[in-house]
Amino acid sequence: MLNTLLPILLFAALGLAVLGALRRVNMWRRGRAAKVDLLGGLLAMPKRYMVDLHHVVARDKYIANTHVATALGFVLSALLAILVHGFGLHNRILGYALLLASVLMFVGATFVYLRRRNPPARLSKGPWMRLPKSLMAFSVSFFLVTLPVAGILPADFGGWLLAALLGVGVLWGVSEMFFGMTWGGPMKHAFAGALHLAWHRRAERFGGGRSTGLKPLDLSDKSAPLGVEKPKDFTWNQLLGFDACVQCGKCEAACPAFAAGQPLNPKKLIQDMVVGLAGGTDAKFAGSPYPGKAIGEHSGNPHQPIVNGLVDAETLWSCTTCRACVEECPMMIEHVDAIVDMRRHLTLEKGATPNKGAEVLENLIATDNPGGFAPGGRMNWAADLNLPLLGDKKTTDVLFWVGDGAFDMRNQRTLRAFVKVLKAAKVDFAVLGLEERDSGDVARRLGDEATFQLLAARNIQTLAKYSFQRIVTCDPHSFHVLKNEYGAFDGHYRVQHHSTYMAELIDAGALNLGQHKGNSVTYHDPCYLGRYNGEYEAPRQVLRALGIEVKEMQRSGFRSRCCGGGGGAPITDIPGKQRIPDMRMEDIRETGAELVAVGCPQCTAMLEGVVEPRPLIKDIAELVADALLEEPAPAKTPNLREPAEVH
Amino acid sequence: MTTHVISLVSIGAHPTSGRPRRAEQDARAVELGLQLAGDNLQVLHAGDIAEPTLRAYLGMGLAQLHVLEQPAGADALPVLGDYLQDAGAQVVLTGSQAETGEGSGMLPFLLAEHLGWPLIVGLAQVESIDSGVAHVLQALPRGQRRRLKVRLPFVATVDNAGPKPRQSAYGPAQRGVLQEHDVQVVDDELFTGAVLQPAKPRPKRLKVIKAKSGADRMKAATAKASGGGGQVLKGLGPEAGAEAILKLLIEEGVVR
Repeated sequence: MLNTLLPILLFAALGLAVLGALRRVNMWRRGRAAKVDLLGGLLAMPKRYMVDLHHVVARDKYIANTHVATALGFVLSALLAILVHGFGLHNRILGYALLLASVLMFVGATFVYLRRRNPPARLSKGPWMRLPKSLMAFSVSFFLVTLPVAGILPADFGGWLLAALLGVGVLWGVSEMFFGMTWGGPMKHAFAGALHLAWHRRAERFGGGRSTGLKPLDLSDKSAPLGVEKPKDFTWNQLLGFDACVQCGKCEAACPAFAAGQPLNPKKLIQDMVVGLAGGTDAKFAGSPYPGKAIGEHSGNPHQPIVNGLVDAETLWSCTTCRACVEECPMMIEHVDAIVDMRRHLTLEKGATPNKGAEVLENLIATDNPGGFAPGGRMNWAADLNLPLLGDKKTTDVLFWVGDGAFDMRNQRTLRAFVKVLKAAKVDFAVLGLEERDSGDVARRLGDEATFQLLAARNIQTLAKYSFQRIVTCDPHSFHVLKNEYGAFDGHYRVQHHSTYMAELIDAGALNLGQHKGNSVTYHDPCYLGRYNGEYEAPRQVLRALGIEVKEMQRSGFRSRCCGGGGGAPITDIPGKQRIPDMRMEDIRETGAELVAVGCPQCTAMLEGVVEPRPLIKDIAELVADALLEEPAPAKTPNLREPAEVH
Repeated sequence: MTTHVISLVSIGAHPTSGRPRRAEQDARAVELGLQLAGDNLQVLHAGDIAEPTLRAYLGMGLAQLHVLEQPAGADALPVLGDYLQDAGAQVVLTGSQAETGEGSGMLPFLLAEHLGWPLIVGLAQVESIDSGVAHVLQALPRGQRRRLKVRLPFVATVDNAGPKPRQSAYGPAQRGVLQEHDVQVVDDELFTGAVLQPAKPRPKRLKVIKAKSGADRMKAATAKASGGGGQVLKGLGPEAGAEAILKLLIEEGVVR
């Protein structure tokens, strides 16, 4: 009886799965066109899955091993089951192979079950709680129905009752695993995830690469929407990417805005985008809500504006663009891109940048700095330093990009310290002086692509006039924009963060350094230096050279927690239950360090905003400048001035 | 029936950089106009249509902006007056003072005189417009408001008490249309014939600290300014008055 039932069940489920797949593909195709290497991506997919994706998953060994067993067991069992039970190839070897595969899958499913017994808050519940049982039903049923094939049991073992039970088990298994995969069940992640890896919008991320610069809007194309208003304004592979989400909540656990009680949860945001692309409400979402916002009150469809239907604007403006979610995502989904895309619509079309946003953008247009300071005062901080101007020199080794910190009195101390270091190392350097403009970082994160491109074009035009070997800056935001985002506008430079450059100077023995005196030190990784650009080592190397043993925070390196200052978050200032810098200061206090070394003007400002008593905040440049040993003063030469003639 | 509202706009200058921008008060006039008339608001500029800053006003969500084409240095008053008369405007809103050009703040007064309409200075809010009569709030110093009843049509200036202008967005700014109107160019002889020079900062009044104790200083810092030291001269002849003024100036060290 099972011999007739099994092929029917298998092929019916497979047939429905194909229908579901076609339906799903059509949903993704509602998105806009994207330049993707379709075939090359598909061919590269297995490697991306087994190497790049596994690297991310393997940060959690438990789930990595569990997933390998379950997924490998399932793929093998499914293929073999189709051969053995679908096409009736009752071969003993195939039978044994199927038995093995289903045992492997069962072992994996057991560990999934154990993880789900008392799941952490970040995991979604709902249908996901059913999944381990479905996995077990699939593996156990196919194990049992295969026993006769392998010749272990007689074909008619157990009679019709067992056959009926197994039939139900197989039905459950194939419904979840085949049918559910394309019709929106938890297994959708396997189907959409595989294709998402194949047609990822940042293919450069695979094979150890890094791709963090935002993609430019083509402002000359009048027919292209300015950002994303409706789900269908995303590119099709972005929609596909949303569908790949496994709702593991690693992003939620890493998100500083979520932890601060601001109305953002990256996982929910991605799920809301899934609701948007398929149509419906968020009532079925079974994870943590946006803090302070009830579930079930929002709905949307591909042709309806997202903001204030599906997602509230505050949710989008809470993001600090720290990229912790993207870094953690085992599916390599691009949350920040999606958020900035939607912000672009709000700023460029609606003129709805909240709080100080509009003022900052206006200032950037009228004064080239977000504070609205007179552009002529850009070099006031260095009035007594006699800095060489690139406009005079025309050519230099190091172009010191000052950044908008030039207008901030706290950051001016950092800048002056770095100049002291440059002078001590006798570096051939120059600054742009009044020719420098804001890099456009804040404008771009606030969604004002037009102002960003304006500033970028002008800066690139200025830089093209001069010759220099490299740009060095104390600001990781300028660093990131100059290095990764000006390329799209034909501005290709060698850009270094000052910590990297100082590490080089120290290596080359260009600095006569003493030791750091006194207090214990921890180091706070800026998002735009670390996660955006992979520079974790140079700052620590510099600190080691000062004789500092860094007391690492639990969240450091690629897991560093944002200071709350990125992405224009201090400007849009969405209220939460606590402030992000306060949480970061708590991380710092836990190390017992009395001083925290930073490498970013934003981080300095945010962390110094935490009320005293708290550890001291010093930029790496300040620490290096403090430890500089004065060169033995040259022996005083007698006054050789020629005597003036007196008449 | 909606009221026909026209907001007049000019090119502003950023206070620290001096770069062209949408003028702060004119943007408030547009905002007030949008709140009053919505899409029916008409925005008018007399000047160069090629000035890219005009798009900053379109970015507030205007479908079009009417431009009376004029070269720099031309007199905006007669062309604006003629246009407004013909356009059948009922409410004309302007900023109080331009940020560029002459910036005398005289335009609304001269325009009202030219049109023979009443002028409200410092309009803060329009409460209602009914059968040709508007109830409005006029802004006075220290946040005070005065309720006025005005018959239409009228001219009103908007200063910083007016509503905060909405953000100018790139998309609408690019899509909006600048509608050109040919007008007869009238030279502004008063302006073109004059020499412009940077303004000197107004001298600060010397502050003489007379307080002896902390409490006195506190009182001096917090008390309302009062003209305690002055004296009122009544019924004096011009000679005697001038003498009194000169005496004061010598006392204060202004005249030596």
